[in-house]
Amino acid sequence: MEIFLQQLINGITLGSIYGLIAIGYTMVFGIIGMVNFAHGDVFMVSAFIALIAFLILTTWLGITSISLALLIVLVVAMLFTSMVNWVIERLAYRPLRGSFRLAPLISAIGMSIFLSNFVQVSQGPRNKSTPPMIQGEFVLLDSNNFAVTLSFKQLVIWGITALLLMAFWYLVAKTKLGRAQRACEQDQKMAALVGVDVDRTISMTFVIAAALSAVAGTMYLMYYGVVSFSDGFVPGVKAFTAAVLGGIGSLPGAVIGGILIGLIETMWSAYFSIDYKDVAAFSVLAITLIFLPQGLFGRPDVEKV
Amino acid sequence: MQAGSQDRRVELTRALRDAGVTALLAFGLFLPLIGFETQQNIRNELILTTRLPLLFTIVAIVGVGRLVYSLALDPWLKQRTMRPPQATPSAWRAPVAKWFIPFSIGFVIAYPIIVVAIKGLGGAVKWVDNFGIQILIYVMLGWGLNIVVGLAGLLDLGYVAFYAVGAYSYALLAKTFGFSFWILLPLAGLLSSFWGILLGFPVLRLRGDYLAIVTLAFGEIIRIVLINWVDLTNGYAGISGIPRPTFFGISFNANDDGFAAVFGLEFSPIYRTIFLYYLILALAFLTAFVTVRLRRLPVGRAWEALREDEIACRSLGINTTNTKLTAFAMGAMFAGFAGSFFAARQGFVSPESFTFLESATILSIVVLGGMGSQIGVAIAAIVMIGGTEIMRELDFLKQIFGSAFDPTQYRMLLFGFAMVLIMIWKPRGLISSRDPSVFLKERKSISSDLVKEGHG
Repeated sequence: MEIFLQQLINGITLGSIYGLIAIGYTMVFGIIGMVNFAHGDVFMVSAFIALIAFLILTTWLGITSISLALLIVLVVAMLFTSMVNWVIERLAYRPLRGSFRLAPLISAIGMSIFLSNFVQVSQGPRNKSTPPMIQGEFVLLDSNNFAVTLSFKQLVIWGITALLLMAFWYLVAKTKLGRAQRACEQDQKMAALVGVDVDRTISMTFVIAAALSAVAGTMYLMYYGVVSFSDGFVPGVKAFTAAVLGGIGSLPGAVIGGILIGLIETMWSAYFSIDYKDVAAFSVLAITLIFLPQGLFGRPDVEKV
Repeated sequence: MQAGSQDRRVELTRALRDAGVTALLAFGLFLPLIGFETQQNIRNELILTTRLPLLFTIVAIVGVGRLVYSLALDPWLKQRTMRPPQATPSAWRAPVAKWFIPFSIGFVIAYPIIVVAIKGLGGAVKWVDNFGIQILIYVMLGWGLNIVVGLAGLLDLGYVAFYAVGAYSYALLAKTFGFSFWILLPLAGLLSSFWGILLGFPVLRLRGDYLAIVTLAFGEIIRIVLINWVDLTNGYAGISGIPRPTFFGISFNANDDGFAAVFGLEFSPIYRTIFLYYLILALAFLTAFVTVRLRRLPVGRAWEALREDEIACRSLGINTTNTKLTAFAMGAMFAGFAGSFFAARQGFVSPESFTFLESATILSIVVLGGMGSQIGVAIAAIVMIGGTEIMRELDFLKQIFGSAFDPTQYRMLLFGFAMVLIMIWKPRGLISSRDPSVFLKERKSISSDLVKEGHG
């Protein structure tokens, strides 16, 4: 029971990170029907940007207030990562819009290889570890020498995720940009005819996706305290799994899918085998796509001749 | 005259402004990751160092590059597209097209001999091995995947799984039972195609990107199992000491009954390398030959029909289940052949060799070459694999950039970049025209513009 409770807490934390990345996949897939393969690597890049920003703030500028530093790091990471993803969309995906179906996928795979190797070359292949940023924890339950704890950093992750999801929901549901996005998702040509700037909307989608993945990247760095150039792939695939599980194209689905994947992974590690935790996530992906291709909250894909 | 110079000035200001904006953007992009470097100091703490000169050099290169593009390259490209296309193909095209394939086949057969003649026995090993064998493995894998992706239109991102099955079945069976390469080669192919069918079954309903992701998941699952099933596969450490293939029972070693001694030659590792070269060449040709023949069989025609339109295919009474499964099995079989060759060549297999990157590389070779085109796939393999291999040979760059500069680091960086560039340049791949297998009166290649790709 204690283990279950602890893994529940850990799973929700991990799941929040996956959920934030999954939104990026689901939004981009919704609007241009493309699996943005490089998204996991954008997440990794954002973690590196956060790492560098954190080091600048703490070692050079001597900021001691950790919450202030984290806030600045978050904003800086979101800003720079958005720029990176904007440029990627401009250079690698926009010229291929409306072209052969496989071309954007291959271009995205190329971009993914490029990004991880760029970080490897520019920052070195070793793991980068930071000193713990936030310490301390609440002890929720203490019995039989096993204490169920909720650490402060997990609380921070929950809080920031909830806050950002609300902001994001407002953006998509209430603003002009969100309306334009939903219009483009339904019918790009029609949206263009009624005066929506489709190119700009798609660019903004990539920017928002990157900003959310930058939040995930910052929190990943804060939670694990370590990041390496190859850390983009597996979280990327798991977040994609989350997006598929929730129903690709559905925004609440992405978040719920993310939390489910986080839970499945942590429960699997606790009760079965930690070596095969990735197999659990990948199997969920395969099983969902085979038996429930529209996911939990997605619209069924009607095939027309 | 006056208007002309004014136009030019406007153009110049615009170009300068564009270059400035681009440089500014590049500055922002590269500032965190190139401007700063994180390093571990002796106490294992991360410290930051700046690399501002490098940052500004890159920004300047990007800015100047953009200026050159908007002043010279862009007008030139526009002019080129404005010119009416030539009505008749130039005179040299036809003979080149006619002689290209026989010449290439002749060249690849003669390649080891040419290299030995130029480099001598000792110096040739590297060239035959790194360039010849390495590229041919990918040509073969590309042709194998081409059956699945290019002909049947099933997007497979987990192809490396079957390659791994082939490699591990050769490694394990050869080490445990001591079977010879020639017995295990078909067996490995068989086992791989069995796995192809096994993994093909659950994904029959999927298509396009979804299929790609599920096959990716399968590929990763197989790799994770290879890592964690230590009793069987020895985990990360891999299996070493795999028996090497022999030349009709004569092994390639320095003993008295070795290849060199039997044929009265001086011992050199080159003989084994050349033998392996011809082996993989033969396997690759087998793949190509079988594919060419299969395209004329009902199953091959069904594959291509499936690629173009699955619904039409089904309504014409084609059994899409069988069609898909045969494509998976056939593609997996050739991956199994290539895998057992790989294990025999290396004498060592480990899960490291079967990462997702390999699958992505093979898929990109197929797509970059032009799906379905065998020559295109071969050219793409030569360009992409040969290109990254050649990065290992660029030691002279060290003299320009200093001894700390290591060109091999940039191999995969440039590989990814090249993938993006080729896709933008030719989204349908290098050779995008289709070669019909049935025709009335005369064979004409079909331009890619006329082909409507189905969902796949």
